Amino acid sequence: MSAHGTTPAVSGPPPSPWQLLVNGILTENPVFRLALSLCPAVAVTTTVLNGLILGVAVLAVQVLSSMTVAIFRGVIHPRVRIPVYTIIIAVWVSAIDMTLAAFAPAVYAQVGLYVKLIVAFAIIISRLEVFASRQPLVPSFFDGLGMGLGFLLALVTIGAFRELLGNGSVLGYHVLPSQPLLFFALPAGGFFSIALLMAFFNWLERARGGKPAASGGSHG
Amino acid sequence: MSEMSAGPAAPHAFVLSPGPHLHVEESTRRIMWWVNGALAPAAIWGVYVFGWNALAGIAASIAGALGAEWLGARMTGRRTTLADGSAFCTGLLLALTLPPRLPAYEAFLGGVFAIALGKMIFGGLGFNLFNPALLGRAFLMASFPLAMTSGWATPRNWFGASLDAVTSATPLAVIKEHGFAAGLAVITSPAGFWNALALGFRPGSIGETSVVLLALGAGALLARRILTLTIPLSVFAGVAIATWHTGVMPIHLMSGGLWLGAFFMATDYVTSPSTVNGQVAFGLLVGLLTGIIRVYGGYPEGICYAILIANAMAPAFDLWFRPRRTAPAGTPS
Repeated sequence: MSAHGTTPAVSGPPPSPWQLLVNGILTENPVFRLALSLCPAVAVTTTVLNGLILGVAVLAVQVLSSMTVAIFRGVIHPRVRIPVYTIIIAVWVSAIDMTLAAFAPAVYAQVGLYVKLIVAFAIIISRLEVFASRQPLVPSFFDGLGMGLGFLLALVTIGAFRELLGNGSVLGYHVLPSQPLLFFALPAGGFFSIALLMAFFNWLERARGGKPAASGGSHG
Repeated sequence: MSEMSAGPAAPHAFVLSPGPHLHVEESTRRIMWWVNGALAPAAIWGVYVFGWNALAGIAASIAGALGAEWLGARMTGRRTTLADGSAFCTGLLLALTLPPRLPAYEAFLGGVFAIALGKMIFGGLGFNLFNPALLGRAFLMASFPLAMTSGWATPRNWFGASLDAVTSATPLAVIKEHGFAAGLAVITSPAGFWNALALGFRPGSIGETSVVLLALGAGALLARRILTLTIPLSVFAGVAIATWHTGVMPIHLMSGGLWLGAFFMATDYVTSPSTVNGQVAFGLLVGLLTGIIRVYGGYPEGICYAILIANAMAPAFDLWFRPRRTAPAGTPS
């Protein structure tokens, strides 16, 4: 078993879909609990919209990659599994990248760079390694869905926090006069925003009776 | 730096105990209130020179710092440490680095940030990595760049003349923008060269302008051995080296927040190295960075970021400049 020690039953009977969703969104939220994929979480979340678009792209790639790996897990040789996972992720990232470029060119201009970088997001390959390579299709789908939703929720939350405080607006609509605290729109403020929200999620998890964050110190 | 307290009262008149026998006189609380007292002349002078706006800024910054300290102690269930004067000191130091015409609520937010995210989140007094007051200032610089760089007031003239709230740039800012001659004109216009640089009749932050009063406060702390000269002198040496070639080194040494930073911020026990060699290296780094930022960087004054960067290096300096063992090798320590 890998470093993510609290993943429920990676080799036993699969957990229920509901458990998997809660796990991805709260218990093992990729950004706030596992501290994975922090780079994009800082870089794109200056506005809600940017966070939303990248979150949706990651959600799609995570679900599709998890399902693909779950289907082919019997034929992927363990020794070459990491390159194979990477190729699978790259296929889906390319598909999402072209789809966005074709159907939402304006948004693509904003986040296009980061969409290509989804290939290297730690959270996706981590779920393939920890979960989808050992579980059947349906649980893998819900695990990918939970993790993708958790990431989406994290990015939208951080984006809302930073856009509101840094720019006085939400989704582009100005709700506050001027820019209350420009600091939070700057990169340094991004780190502070994530840290504050992470502290909130840790507190929330403790209030629910959960354990302290399982992982941390991961990069990507 | 730990809070020293007397043990339980001894039941007998005489207590026999093995040495060393320490006589505890200083405590965090005493030291901090001495520092606050040493800063008071410069603060009062700032209010006199720049008017009531400056007082509002000082009060708001201290209120923010004390409020955050109280709330942080409550939320984390620790003993409230309001009375030890350290949060008051952070708020006061922050206020002294702010422009006189900065809106009071912004100074308040700076005080809150300094204590909440600069100190309490690390575990309170003694655990912070960076100087909280300077973190507060850096936060305000990032949040309110316009107010922080244009909130200067023209100083009151040498006892008397009217106080117009006309904004004007600080000497260092003018030197940066228009060259040395223009900077000299700003310095000498209201009160003359030495009055401006020594007494503080020049535009600037609330507490930075009067070198004489800052030196007075620092002298009191030196006399009580709360400060040593190691770090401040190293800082001045560093600035002198970095600004030597500009030809206006004396102006650099006499201006800006250099004295405030060198004596009252770089010397913070918690965020500076504890060995003498480490302190020399730390002070030189602060001074060199200050000079480099002033001469080549984007800001007219660099002491704030210089100290913050050096704070991050302080643990490394402690590691690189360890005290030499005095006992022969092999002796159990």
